[in-house]
Amino acid sequence: MSEKSTERKKAFRTTVGGIEVNRVYTAAHVPDSKEERLGLPGEYPFTRHIMPTGYRGRLWTMRQYAGFGTVEETNERFKYLYQQGQTGFSVAFQLPTQEGYDSDHSLAAGEVGKCGVAIDSLQDMERLWEGIPLADVSTSMTINATAPIILAMYIAAAEKQGAEKSKLNGTVQNDILKEYIARNTYVFGPAASMRLVTDICAYCAQSLPQWNSISISGYHMREAGATAVQEAAFTLANGIAYVQAMLDRGMEVDSFAPRFSFFFAANNNVLEEVAKFRALRRIWAKIMKERFGSKNPRSMMLRYHVQTDGFTLTAQQPLNNIVRVTLQALAGVLGGCQSLHTNSFDEALALPSEQAVQVALRTQQIIAEESGAADTVDPLGGSWYVERLTDEIEKRAMGYIAEIDGMGGALKAIEKGYVQQEIANSAYDYQKAVDSEEQVIVGVNRYVTEDEYILKTLEIGAEVESKQRERLRKLRTERDNARVTQVLERVRGVARTDENVMPVMIEAARAYATLGEISDALRAVFGEYREPSIL
Amino acid sequence: MSDKKIRVLVAKPGLDGHDRGAKVVARGLRDAGFEVIYLGLRLTPEQIAESAIQEDADVVGLSCLSGAHMSLFPTTVKLIREKGGKDVLVVGGGIIPREDVPKLTAAGMAQLFWPGTPLDEIAKFIRANVGG
Repeated sequence: MSEKSTERKKAFRTTVGGIEVNRVYTAAHVPDSKEERLGLPGEYPFTRHIMPTGYRGRLWTMRQYAGFGTVEETNERFKYLYQQGQTGFSVAFQLPTQEGYDSDHSLAAGEVGKCGVAIDSLQDMERLWEGIPLADVSTSMTINATAPIILAMYIAAAEKQGAEKSKLNGTVQNDILKEYIARNTYVFGPAASMRLVTDICAYCAQSLPQWNSISISGYHMREAGATAVQEAAFTLANGIAYVQAMLDRGMEVDSFAPRFSFFFAANNNVLEEVAKFRALRRIWAKIMKERFGSKNPRSMMLRYHVQTDGFTLTAQQPLNNIVRVTLQALAGVLGGCQSLHTNSFDEALALPSEQAVQVALRTQQIIAEESGAADTVDPLGGSWYVERLTDEIEKRAMGYIAEIDGMGGALKAIEKGYVQQEIANSAYDYQKAVDSEEQVIVGVNRYVTEDEYILKTLEIGAEVESKQRERLRKLRTERDNARVTQVLERVRGVARTDENVMPVMIEAARAYATLGEISDALRAVFGEYREPSIL
Repeated sequence: MSDKKIRVLVAKPGLDGHDRGAKVVARGLRDAGFEVIYLGLRLTPEQIAESAIQEDADVVGLSCLSGAHMSLFPTTVKLIREKGGKDVLVVGGGIIPREDVPKLTAAGMAQLFWPGTPLDEIAKFIRANVGG
């Protein structure tokens, strides 16, 4: 009998479709050039961390994604999170807001206030931030197709509070490419959308110096089924497409790239995730320096937000999710993220309750204050296994990037359906592995119990929708409608030229034009996108 | 019934973009020998009901993770019935709180599949209940 037969599996992999794992790793698995590939934290290629001090200087930003119901309810949740020690805000918008419909549109029926807060006009945006000084906080907004409108409303609300534009600190997701791949809240076609994305990036570079103009996101592709390698590769390929689009507008790389940020998932395999984050930093630094000729180290630094992977949460035995989230969050911290969202344990069942949200935030605080994981920079650096995984992820991701380059870049690869198909295949393989129990999920296909843990979940009442409709009706009678008509005409006019849309968006926000009205003005010029179905 | 493949229409009503589950189920049912039509996302109940009739579907599978299921699912069932799809088996899945399940079955849904349901179990349920 070979020794192999004493092992409990024929082969070990990091995850389904992931990297083969050896029994043991030694110095022989790590190349001699290790030192220059790693450097010290804060040094090119930033494998170990972007800052020399890591979390010894400042902890990551604890930023919980929140938003539901009306602006008043969300304002209250924001204030609660702030009192509980959260250090940055992250706004979840309802789907109608994300897809360019007012709350009284027929397509919004049943969706108002459901997976995010309802924002129809500047009036809602003003109320959302009541009692929260926008000059002093940092806000991340998950908004893509309608990002120019929402960012304009945020700027206008800040203005009303008397905050200086140059002081505004935060992030707008503004990553449309991954919407076509995975998240699906697109409105316009790729060409018009890329113009809007780069309009925001160019505007921020000039007028909002502390604002992250884009958050290039792998998270949603991972949620849709991508492996760690695919998540890394497809995100960076999209990043390359955005940098190229900015260069094509005639902008100089170091004038905008320092404000590019990223967003990734943290899955269950802690060491693979840590390796992924390290590989991502190294690849991006090289791309920016070698491919785009950047001279500014800030352009080469991959700064990113992490969210624990929502797909891994189970509806069965939901308290187990607290443990999953802890492992994932630890991976985020050991990997060196700049900000972190931890999911709540009840999210496979409903929107999170206040108690579940508190446990999620406490998980971060326990890691920060009690675990010691934040006390030295890149604590896993030099582990033969982690270094080997880092190299392997880099190699495989670069393979994908070369393939996408060969197709003419990310946009072309998406138009061909290549990226979507790769992810759909991984998602299907994963489900088959779970169904065959090759992949064990505790409480789902093994260690199953009949006991039901009854959770008190959050419910959004139907009154939110009627309240929001009434607000819109009132707004439309009270505002200066002649001014709205004029500004919407200007929106259409600007959309037809190549002038940056942001100034006219801010004008429209100030006039209390609604999100749906502004979106319709843009639809009239750009048309709408319909996706090809790729199983 | 035995020579004719069972026709399953899979669709996402409403604005929700989370389509991993719907796509995996559609592909799984196709591989299990069903004739599957994947209609895609961002559809109104009206559009889904219309297609169910036109495509002569035996089964309609709905998926929603945005919390709008209590409005979208019953409306879809109602429209399918109104348009003449008396025997169409309507099933669903997504982020569905347990307390909503009895209300949805009362509205005419045949089954709500919990996250984590094996593909095989969905196939078996359809075979056992279609046309009946």
